[in-house]
Amino acid sequence: MSTQFDGLISETTRDDLPDFGSGDTVRVHAKVVEGDKERVQVFEGVVTRKRRKGLSANFTVRKISNGVGVERVFPLNSPRLEKIEVVRYGKVRRNNLSYLRGLTGRAARIKERRV
Amino acid sequence: MSIEGVLGKKIGMLQLFDSEGRSRGVTAIEVGPCTVTQLRTQEKDGYTAVQLGYGTKKRLNKPDTGHQQASGSKNHAVLGEFGFLNDELPSLGDVFGADVFEEGGRVDVTATSKGRGFAGTVKRHGFHGGPKTHGQSDRHRAPGSIGAGTTPGRVFKGTRMAGHMGSKRSTVLNLEVVQINTDRNVIFVAGSVPGPNGVSVRVRKTLKGRVTVL
Repeated sequence: MSTQFDGLISETTRDDLPDFGSGDTVRVHAKVVEGDKERVQVFEGVVTRKRRKGLSANFTVRKISNGVGVERVFPLNSPRLEKIEVVRYGKVRRNNLSYLRGLTGRAARIKERRV
Repeated sequence: MSIEGVLGKKIGMLQLFDSEGRSRGVTAIEVGPCTVTQLRTQEKDGYTAVQLGYGTKKRLNKPDTGHQQASGSKNHAVLGEFGFLNDELPSLGDVFGADVFEEGGRVDVTATSKGRGFAGTVKRHGFHGGPKTHGQSDRHRAPGSIGAGTTPGRVFKGTRMAGHMGSKRSTVLNLEVVQINTDRNVIFVAGSVPGPNGVSVRVRKTLKGRVTVL
C-alpha cells in the first residue's frame, strides 16, 4: 500500500513471513525477554483478526489455554517475530472472528481450506 | 551550536520499531529546505537572528516579492526567525534542512492546534459534567455553578466557561528525534505534535536543560 511515508523510512514491511489470514491456525515464534535472557516462545492458535496494511499491521491469535481463552496481538512487521508457521488453512467468511469468543469445543471448529 | 531550529510541515503519524523491537508512535515532520532570507544583526536590529523562509506560494504581494528577491529565494510561503549562536552568521540564500538536528536529540515543536470550535466546559476545561442518571435532564454536560449569590453579586473574571477552543499556537517540549532522513529533509519525533497533517510548524532544539548564553 502506498502512503505519504513512501521512501521516507528505512524500515520495510517483512516479506519473509508466509501468507496467512483469519481462520488459519498458526505457530508464532516470538522472542521474549526473561530477566536478562532472551528466548523464543511459541504461541499456537487461530488467527481471529488481521488488520491494516503497511508497517503498523497487526494480527490476533486465539487459543484455549488450560480451559481459558487467550488472545495475543502481534505486530506483523515486528523484528521480534522469529518466524510464523501456518499449521492449517481455515475457511471463514469474515476477517474479524470475534464470534469465536462465545464458542468452545465442537462449535468453535473452522472448516479446513484445501490449498 | 549553530542555528536554533527550522520551519517545516507536519506530514503525519506512524509506528516505527526501535532497536529492541518495540513499536512506538512517531510523527513525521518535513523540516526545510529553508532559505536564509534576512539577517538580524546587533548593529541594525539590536539582536542576532536568522530569518528563514520555507515552502512556496504561487503569488506574493509586491513588498514580499521585493523582500525575498534580496536573498534570491523562491516565493516562500512562511517566514520565521531563529536564534543563531555562532560567531559566523550564514549568508543570504544559505539553506538549512534536517541535518540541523541529530538522532537521539531533543526538539520542541510549535504549531497551530486543531480548531475545536465553540466547545463546552467538559471538552474545553475537563469538567466532569452532571450525573447521567437519577432523574437528570439536560444537565449531563452542564458547567454547574459559576459563583456565589448576592455576595459578590458578579461572576469572577477568568471563570472557566464554554468558548472557542483550539486553533491556537501551541508548543510541545522535549520530543525525542527517533530517526532522520536527510535526503528528504524529514525527521521523526516520538509522540504527537499539535495541529492537523500539513500544518506549518517550527522545530527548534529544545529549551529544556539548555544553558542560556547571553
